[in-house]
Amino acid sequence: MNGETDVWTVLVILGLTIITVLTRSLFFLSSRPWQLPGWMQRGLQYAPIAALAAVIVPELVMTQGQFIHSWQDARLFAALAGTAWFLGHKTQRQAVLGTIVVGMLVYLPLHLAWGW
Amino acid sequence: MGVLDALGAAPGLAAWALMTGVAMMNSGLSTYESLLMGLIVFAGSSQLAAIPLIAAGAPAWVVLATGWCVNLRFVVFSAHMRPYLMHLPLRERLLTGYLLTDLSYVQFIRRYPQHGHSPEQLQAQQAYLAGNCGLSWASWESFTVLGIVLAGLIPARWGLGFAGILALLGVLLSLASSALRWVSAGVAGAAAVAAFALPFKLNILVAIAAAVAMSLMLEAAHRAKSARAEPTP
Repeated sequence: MNGETDVWTVLVILGLTIITVLTRSLFFLSSRPWQLPGWMQRGLQYAPIAALAAVIVPELVMTQGQFIHSWQDARLFAALAGTAWFLGHKTQRQAVLGTIVVGMLVYLPLHLAWGW
Repeated sequence: MGVLDALGAAPGLAAWALMTGVAMMNSGLSTYESLLMGLIVFAGSSQLAAIPLIAAGAPAWVVLATGWCVNLRFVVFSAHMRPYLMHLPLRERLLTGYLLTDLSYVQFIRRYPQHGHSPEQLQAQQAYLAGNCGLSWASWESFTVLGIVLAGLIPARWGLGFAGILALLGVLLSLASSALRWVSAGVAGAAAVAAFALPFKLNILVAIAAAVAMSLMLEAAHRAKSARAEPTP
């Protein structure tokens, strides 16, 4: 058991929950008829992959907000291995699972044993 | 189908939930606070952003503003999801929104690029979402709790959370179905690194905007070119 629970923190947590709901539902809160302009609808098909790349790439090539200076980084090799596996098996349903497993099989030894 | 897609990414999500649980405990949140946060906030990235601020005793509005900004990408997703969900009553729309994480949104949109028109199609999409979000929610919740319980035993330096990034990578690859989508991913990745210094993880939003704008421009240029090649009467 850890520390004491205080009311302020609990209120902040409740606030964060409300923010989760509001941000994820913002555009379908109101039921007034309304449509996105056509260019925006076309643009949205590029948004999901952009969002993922924007989250992933900094996690692969940056440390503490700095671009990495060495290629000896377990993350790079794990991502390469996972990608290679995916591209070889992309017709299979569980290709994503394989990406995770192969990536971690490369990542953990390099990271823990070599310290990359 | 929704459950099967979610299962593929589940180990990554589970490892990420585990590490979020550990991170909450290590930041000095109490056990009850960690449990409460893990069980109800249900947003890994905004939790991870909020934890150090709460630990440092930052004012509540700073924590909430940070959570809001880190979640801004979901506002983009909600615009996309609107036509899929508007036939539902408000209460169910809110519940769906609450449960709709990055992974569920992306897998859903990949499976259903067009929103349904008949009641049967809408029903099938609804069922997919319920299965996918339900499984993600259950594995997120159970592994968060496990992380909180095992906090003392799993050192952060193992880097187990990296499995979450690999899960996202796998889903990204499954979305890369056209050359323009690769462009979108490349632009977004580069922009997110270049704009990394922005506060509140706004680099993600900047990256999405840059990538979508670039893809739309290339798409328009491509259309103009093919229109010139075959002049229509």
